[in-house]
Amino acid sequence: MLKLHYNLEKISMGLVAAIIVAASIGGIVEIAPLFTIDETVELPDDLRPHTPLELAGREIYIREGCYACHSQMVRSLADELDRYGPYSLASESAYDHPMLWGSKRTGPDLARLGGKYSDNWHVAHLIDPRSVVPASIMPAYPWLARTLDTGLLPDSLATLARLGLPYDDAMVAAAEADALGQSRPDSDATDGFRERYGERPPARAFDGDPSRLTEMDALIAYLQSLGRLTDAPYRILAEASQ
Amino acid sequence: MTAALTVAERQIGLLLSIMLALMGLVMAATARHGVMSLHGFMALGLGIGLTLMLAGALYDPEPPSNRLHRYYDEPTRFGIAMTLVWAMIGMGVGVWVAALLYWPEATPPWPATSFGRLRPVHTTGIIFGFGGNALIATSFHVLQRTSRARLADSISPWVVLLGYNLFCAWAVTGYLMGSTQSKEYAEAEWYADLWLVVIWLTYFALYLRTLARRNEPHIYVANWYYLAFILVVAMLHIVNNLALPVRFTSAESFPVWSGVQDAMVQWWYGHNAVAFFLTAGFLGMLYYFLPVRSGRPIWSYRLSIVSFWGITFFYIWVGSHHLHYTALPYWAQTLGMTFSVMLLVPSWASAGNAIATLNGAWHKVRDDATLRFMFVAAVFYGLSTFEGSFLAIRPVNSLSHYTDWTVGHVHSGTLGWVAMIIFGAIYTLVPQLSGKTGMASPRAVEWHFWLAVTGTLIYVVSMWNAGITQGLMWRAYDENGALSYSFVQSVEAMAPYYLLRTIGGGLFLTGAAFCAWNCRATMRKATGQATDRPLVTQPVE
Repeated sequence: MLKLHYNLEKISMGLVAAIIVAASIGGIVEIAPLFTIDETVELPDDLRPHTPLELAGREIYIREGCYACHSQMVRSLADELDRYGPYSLASESAYDHPMLWGSKRTGPDLARLGGKYSDNWHVAHLIDPRSVVPASIMPAYPWLARTLDTGLLPDSLATLARLGLPYDDAMVAAAEADALGQSRPDSDATDGFRERYGERPPARAFDGDPSRLTEMDALIAYLQSLGRLTDAPYRILAEASQ
Repeated sequence: MTAALTVAERQIGLLLSIMLALMGLVMAATARHGVMSLHGFMALGLGIGLTLMLAGALYDPEPPSNRLHRYYDEPTRFGIAMTLVWAMIGMGVGVWVAALLYWPEATPPWPATSFGRLRPVHTTGIIFGFGGNALIATSFHVLQRTSRARLADSISPWVVLLGYNLFCAWAVTGYLMGSTQSKEYAEAEWYADLWLVVIWLTYFALYLRTLARRNEPHIYVANWYYLAFILVVAMLHIVNNLALPVRFTSAESFPVWSGVQDAMVQWWYGHNAVAFFLTAGFLGMLYYFLPVRSGRPIWSYRLSIVSFWGITFFYIWVGSHHLHYTALPYWAQTLGMTFSVMLLVPSWASAGNAIATLNGAWHKVRDDATLRFMFVAAVFYGLSTFEGSFLAIRPVNSLSHYTDWTVGHVHSGTLGWVAMIIFGAIYTLVPQLSGKTGMASPRAVEWHFWLAVTGTLIYVVSMWNAGITQGLMWRAYDENGALSYSFVQSVEAMAPYYLLRTIGGGLFLTGAAFCAWNCRATMRKATGQATDRPLVTQPVE
């Protein structure tokens, strides 16, 4: 062996090839099987993709680096189930490009955040976290009150559709109108939004002001959607506890 | 920079500079607004600056013809200067965001200075700016000395260094403007990622071309590690960053991976960024500079073979230990845990080999702060790889994951191991490249050493306490079977540790500032010639 290596050290391309082989095996074994997951993990029937407004909110969540302090992955441990809710399923993030599971909880996990607090609470919390949670160390985000730029949404939906998400051509074309419709209830745009996305996603003035479409609208719509894209985790936990 | 280039080389450089300026112009013009346009202007500015510099010196006298018999050290000097610039940026931002966790009210009301945007500036500034520049700069030095050959050409080292620093500058300015892929340690957007691929291939080609000209029959062990660093980082970078841009004229993109596949790819990348960026390359540094500084040969050649192939083969499996108890399939988690534990063998083989090399030179460790930096680096390498294997064990991970214990572990590796070996290498290289026998202020080196060690210990110990406290509070139940603490109570409990961590980081930063000042003072007095032997053209055998 030592003799073999003694000779290998004299051939740079031999070293290169050996390094590539040694460093490829582990990745291939662990990653390749996950691409058959579509066949092994079935997507729940009720799984919906994010609406355009929620998607815009998700981009703000990414832009501000929220994932650095908040995970979105409830582990299958008793205290996490008691603290946050049902453990996270692989299928829940199947439409997430990229996933936002996170790696650190400087703040709490957000996988089950949707519906936990009111929109008003979120507005107050994002503008001044310590006004509602005195011991919080979260930074304030007062600039979220600015108008949301929806210009990129049609192309975003089209790109995600190309990656396999269930957005049809009508959804792509109406993405900007649907973002507006979801944040401005009882307007004409809301009817179109309902037609394309059904009754499940909430449509309301998330920031409390229906006259303006703000980044706050988008981010809160996204936060309220967390854990609400499918009921599968709740169903599985209920079945297990019976 | 231009004086050492021939007229023909200056012409090639001029052509490349004009191409860079044109690329920047096209980017700025097509994107029209936003972050991609700013990045276009940055490339344009760099391109114009280089064009003016080269055009102004185009017909200056040719360099002396004996230059090919000397090593080409100017790129290394520039790389070390950039290492220190990025150290100040990355560590400065690190201390600042650490302070914000203790004192969040101090956050200025502008989007660009928010914690979430500054955090990747810290990580990218340190890993890619500080670490990457140090790796490239030292690799050029080590490659030439261990091959007894001059770098294959005089242009591509500059392409690599300038292009790489443009990538780093694009990345951190992008984060400040809110442009990020959100993939940890790979936050830069698609066009910056493509740019890095071009730079990296140039780097790889330069490495192989120089190796091909070597006057030593054997490729020294340090070069195996640098090669593994270059190759595997390329592989990781390309696979993890595959993305579809929303438009070719804007920065936004969506990664092609989603959900559980994305998580696995991300942590396959994330942990192997630790393995092949922050470990393999720096082991290359250790295997060259430790023997040089201590005047002792590496203790065991066989052990270095075992540890090299062990690290190259085992590390790539371990990423899934970041995903214990998550929705990742159980078998993948178990594989990650198993290989993480096995990884302790090659890791300790390297650390042990380094420490055993110092046998017979302990009096030098006592007297020479530079060698002490390297000794402490080897010790922290051993400690943090042990801690890493331990934290990867599933039940331990259930407590430690998501807590500041992980942050403490990472910093015991980055402050204790990576930064210490960089400083050891810098304090060896800078005097040598400046034609001096020592640094301008040996006392500042001594101060730096103790500030760095104290800072690291305060940081790591406070984060251990913080992490274990968090983990225990989150899982504590009272006698009625209810959770004992709300989440925010665990946040309140962190305050003293976050303060201590800021102090530890501040001490470390102060030491690094001494280093930057000391290096500047030494380089300014440079006589222009490296003190080591000139290049010989005949092989020894």
